[in-house]
Amino acid sequence: MQLTNRSKVVVKHDLNWVEKLYLPAIFNGLAITIKHLFKKPATVKYPEQKREIASVYRGQHVLKRDDKGRENCTACGLCAVACPAEAISIEAAERKKGEEHLYREEKYAAKYEINMLRCIYCGLCEEACPKDAIYLSDRIVPTAFTRGNFVYGKDVLVEGIDASGRVDVSKRKKKYEMEGSPKQPLLNK
Amino acid sequence: MDWALLLDKTILIVIIFAVSLGIAAYSTYGERKIAAFLQDRVGPDRAGPFGLLQPIADGVKMFTKEEIIPNASDKFLFIIGPCIFMMTALMTSAIIPWGKSFNFGGHEFGLQVADLNVGLLYLFAVVSIGGYGIMIGGWASNNKFALLGALRAASQMISYELAMGMSIVALLLINNSLSLREIVDGQAGDGNVWNVVRQPVGFLIFLICAFAECNRAPFDLPESESELVGGYHTEFSSMKLGLFLFAEYINMFISSAIIASLYFGGYHFPGIDSLDLPQNIAAIVSVAVLFAKILFFIFFFMWVRWTLPRFRYDQLMNLGWKVLIPLSIINVLVTGAWITFFK
Repeated sequence: MQLTNRSKVVVKHDLNWVEKLYLPAIFNGLAITIKHLFKKPATVKYPEQKREIASVYRGQHVLKRDDKGRENCTACGLCAVACPAEAISIEAAERKKGEEHLYREEKYAAKYEINMLRCIYCGLCEEACPKDAIYLSDRIVPTAFTRGNFVYGKDVLVEGIDASGRVDVSKRKKKYEMEGSPKQPLLNK
Repeated sequence: MDWALLLDKTILIVIIFAVSLGIAAYSTYGERKIAAFLQDRVGPDRAGPFGLLQPIADGVKMFTKEEIIPNASDKFLFIIGPCIFMMTALMTSAIIPWGKSFNFGGHEFGLQVADLNVGLLYLFAVVSIGGYGIMIGGWASNNKFALLGALRAASQMISYELAMGMSIVALLLINNSLSLREIVDGQAGDGNVWNVVRQPVGFLIFLICAFAECNRAPFDLPESESELVGGYHTEFSSMKLGLFLFAEYINMFISSAIIASLYFGGYHFPGIDSLDLPQNIAAIVSVAVLFAKILFFIFFFMWVRWTLPRFRYDQLMNLGWKVLIPLSIINVLVTGAWITFFK
């Protein structure tokens, strides 16, 4: 029974004398290859030229700051719990007096590490985060020479305070988040 | 001894030597670029503008690599193998007429190192010695892959030299000469056409055999890297490997020159005499014409390499012995009959 009409019946027949000369086939082949000489190369010259990636691409993580430049993360640990690869480890600390401009709430992550070799870039940390703190961005994780260099700490993950350091994740946000309503758990939708 | 002649020839030899090496070096670059373009890639583009310094980088790499001579090898033969291959590759350039002669204030400067009256025989003799370079290199390595590659090279060269020689015989019947310059000049002037028109079948046979003699795809069985690691040069490293690879490109350059000279009018093109150029300009134009043809054939060699898959060994032998040799003999007979009855 045929499920699709894509299948082709291949009949093996003896070559006739024209085919036995091979020459027509060779000329066909040469014609095909010469056509490719004039085609645009498919190469992306990587370091200078970046490949265009999907708007919802899940690449290197970013820890977001709010409008005033304070870190959003409160070290609740939901991302670490949600992580199926157990790539995230967090140490929490209490905000001291005088640190209000650094951290948005009383508790913050003193240490926030993601092992980029363990991470499977599923985006579940982002789903789990109630504070809008972690997002996957469209940046590609660069190579490194040692395994240790793939454990990213806060120095790499947290975005910069000034405008140039900010990482745009608007494409990663759900529609209701863009409209300003707080992030809702998936269950309540 | 005519000292002016000696000086002339020395200068010419040095120029041809340099040009051969330069062309061979840039053939490697051209090969990689053409391979890339035919496969929708970019090819080497990091070293210099468009990657033009790539051959120099490759050369430096070859020179600075560690020189390894296997313990079990025959050391003398191991060294002499690539030398023979390189030497014969360069020697073949001696009989090719590169263009019309220059005239510097009454002093005639010919562009052919040696106008032998048995030029084609010389060519065949030297090319056959080149086969020894491969065989000795493969044998001396004391490595089964190298030996297999060398055996294949030897049998391939023997098989295809026959058909090549027969296709040349048909050419000689028409041109009545073994000298390359006379063959080239016989294709120009009134009423003469390029030999490819007079000998289409012979040209096809010669072309196929040239591919086989140069160990180029689709007949690159001696070094078929997917079966024999590296074939006859498996054990070679550093500049000895470089000599082998380089000599192959020189062979390709020379055989392109031979094909152009034998079948495509060499340094002539239709209507070159009616232009009535001054002698030195005409000489430059003729050299440029020959090199345009040579470059086209080098391109063709590469074009074929990146189009056709490698022949199987039995197919190679079938094609050589059962198809090309009978065909070339028939070609000789037909040509002879035509000359006898219609000329």
